[in-house]
Amino acid sequence: MADETTTSAGVGQVGTARVKRGMAEMLKGGVIMDVVTPEQAKIAEDAGAVAVMALERVPADIRAQGGVSRMSDPDMIDGIIEAVSIPVMAKARIGHFVEAQVLQSLGVDYIDESEVLTPADYTNHIDKWGFTVPFVCGATNLGEALRRITEGAAMIRSKGEAGTGDVSNATTHMRQIRQQIRKLSSLPEDELYVAAKELQAPYELVAEVAREGKLPVVLFTAGGIATPADAAMMMQLGAEGVFVGSGIFKSGNPATRAKAIVQATTFFDDADVIAKVSRGLGEAMVGINVEEEPEPVRLAERGW
Amino acid sequence: MTRTLTVGVLALQGDVREHAAALEAVGTRAVPVRRISELEAVDGLVVPGGESTTIDKLLHVFGLVDPLRAMIKEGLPVYGSCAGMILLADRITGGTADQQTLGGMDVVVRRNAFGRQVDSFETDLEMAGLPGGPVRTAFIRAPWIEEAGDDVEVLARIPATDTSGREVAAAGKIVAARQGPLLATAFHPEITGDARVHGLFARIIAGDDEGRSAG
Repeated sequence: MADETTTSAGVGQVGTARVKRGMAEMLKGGVIMDVVTPEQAKIAEDAGAVAVMALERVPADIRAQGGVSRMSDPDMIDGIIEAVSIPVMAKARIGHFVEAQVLQSLGVDYIDESEVLTPADYTNHIDKWGFTVPFVCGATNLGEALRRITEGAAMIRSKGEAGTGDVSNATTHMRQIRQQIRKLSSLPEDELYVAAKELQAPYELVAEVAREGKLPVVLFTAGGIATPADAAMMMQLGAEGVFVGSGIFKSGNPATRAKAIVQATTFFDDADVIAKVSRGLGEAMVGINVEEEPEPVRLAERGW
Repeated sequence: MTRTLTVGVLALQGDVREHAAALEAVGTRAVPVRRISELEAVDGLVVPGGESTTIDKLLHVFGLVDPLRAMIKEGLPVYGSCAGMILLADRITGGTADQQTLGGMDVVVRRNAFGRQVDSFETDLEMAGLPGGPVRTAFIRAPWIEEAGDDVEVLARIPATDTSGREVAAAGKIVAARQGPLLATAFHPEITGDARVHGLFARIIAGDDEGRSAG
């Protein structure tokens, strides 16, 4: 566990909020790709991913195969860390602080406390302040994002609905978070106390968001992004970067699609570039319509 | 300064907004740059922190490498932090097999030299040419300069011991340097709220700070 006075190469303070949040700042405008093998990690790096997310099964397979989904095998994570020089993230189950301790000891660069895995605790999330490694957490609305930040999350991603290739929930969650931030910013100061109560988040954090008009950490999007246009739309809706899960390696031509999504994320506001990179990508992932998915299987409803 | 300087921030990927805010704080006008046409309007350029391999690939895909190399050769002032330092280096080590740089500074930069994210740290660092005490710095999966040519002015090194007097493994490594109008730091002053490094860069652009080589 972290001791904020331990030194890196003996130089300074490690694991501070600034270096945790700062790491996410460096990923902005980039694409983080789910990979399940070192070969896929290499393809992602070659395509221009800013980081890879190492996991055993992509969400589409987790959804198809069912069962309990857990942290990946350390050998598999080591293999991916060996294969690439870009940052490597990995997922821990919600509330599973020992999986998180293991991932930190393996040297992963970011932990995703993720609803895509089966939760280990239906009441508490991980106390993330105690770790040197930073955490990203999913959120469907502003209150959820602020509760995760209160627990120490250094980066937030909208949840969307992972493993579907259906971008509609990512859109809903991103619009919801941004709309609630805009609403907070418009409130007079004396109404922020009740706003904090309604958001079920600490007043200081709510007041900070109202003042700054943004979260105090980087906000990415995730869950259902399958095409360059999906990624660009999420960026236009205010995402600062994109997680792509099943959308790349469940498609017909992963290397080409990965490159196209990277380029569309950078030029998210330039339809000519998006049109150009959208050509000749082959089959997109088949996809599942979220509305056809029975509620018990909706991953976004995990976490609170 | 007789007119407001316009400073581009290369906006392909990375912490563009933080650099833009620091540049505005020292009285320059910051504009994001992703296209050749946008490059032609700037007095200087910041290459931000980010993922150097990603920025390198996007520079190539969007045809920015040759124009930027030509502008650097012609004397465009450029400041690179972290990934930006890697991109300004003539030679790198620890990169991917196909990784290239813009170059311009006669240095060898080691990518991810300080280790992984769990080794990222913040500290106070003395920097030559910056009055007002040490700079608060954040090193995030940071590189360092392994070798520097004779024309490179070293502005900061990792000290031999930390504040509690313990010896430091990275002692003496170069983490800030300048060569003519090119400035590079391994750390991120843009996220610690100390705009003095950006102030120095603004003076370099304005020609108010000639550095060692001119003196």
